[in-house]
Amino acid sequence: MTTLDPDERAAEQAARSGAPNSADTATAGTRALGLATIVAMGWLVAFGLFFSPADYQQDEAVRLLYVHVPTIWAAYLAFVVTAVASGLYLFRSEHRLGWDRLAGASAEIGVVFVAVTLAVGAMWGRLTWGVFWQWDARLTTTALLFVTYIGYLAVRRLGGSHHQRARRSAVIGLLAVLLLPLVHWSVRLWRSLHQEATVLDTDLDPDIEGLMAFSLFVGVVAFTLLYAWLVVHRTRALFMEDQLDEQGLEVALAARRAEAVDTGEDR
Amino acid sequence: MEDAGFILGSYALVFGVVAAYSWRVLRSARRAARRVADAEKYWT
Repeated sequence: MTTLDPDERAAEQAARSGAPNSADTATAGTRALGLATIVAMGWLVAFGLFFSPADYQQDEAVRLLYVHVPTIWAAYLAFVVTAVASGLYLFRSEHRLGWDRLAGASAEIGVVFVAVTLAVGAMWGRLTWGVFWQWDARLTTTALLFVTYIGYLAVRRLGGSHHQRARRSAVIGLLAVLLLPLVHWSVRLWRSLHQEATVLDTDLDPDIEGLMAFSLFVGVVAFTLLYAWLVVHRTRALFMEDQLDEQGLEVALAARRAEAVDTGEDR
Repeated sequence: MEDAGFILGSYALVFGVVAAYSWRVLRSARRAARRVADAEKYWT
């Protein structure tokens, strides 16, 4: 007798029932997006590591900014999408779970990007300040952002129905996004070791130009494409996980009803 | 390149984390996809 794992058992049951279930989350659109992402990342490596010049102050350490800044940009984008999707779930009358799944997927990706930002930032700090970490305003608020959204993801796993999950997550998603302006303007609000914004500054006069500006732009494009690709796949995966949750619940309810009927017959 | 170790290591870290997370997302999606009928997938 062979023992099948749950995936093999499910696939066998589907085959027996005749319902096709071969399609995964990839479509022509995601494949095109994925290819564009890979090409953009290749350009980022080429320009970031080879074609762009060293900085007169930071020397070669400036090359870390071409991944550090784009990852935090993509994280900001992810958390704004989480907030918008949370609002769309909460304040529209139909309360569509699709918005909640988008919010969850986006937040998860944002957390990964913030983690990468902090790690690369620590490397950059080691090269320029001589230390991996300082409890200055920018670093501390970014760490707070990271922990807050980990909390958001933990709240999503608390259990209950999908709509209960969606409601409590949406409230947190709308509140947590208020940290973004605090993080971004922390270098202005407090005396910070971290440099001020290079591009998105109040005077809208970027402090970067030429090949360095172009390398930064390539990085932003690459990580935006990566975010888009990841969020589509993750949202679709969350949809299927919710479907499986519901199927599992129906099976459990049916089994319980059958048990109750059997018990009744025994009496 | 000065400080090549830090710089190349950082790029390797970034792309390593991105690749690992992407692989994890796709793997969990494929596992779920085998258990959900195609007719229920809104993107097909």
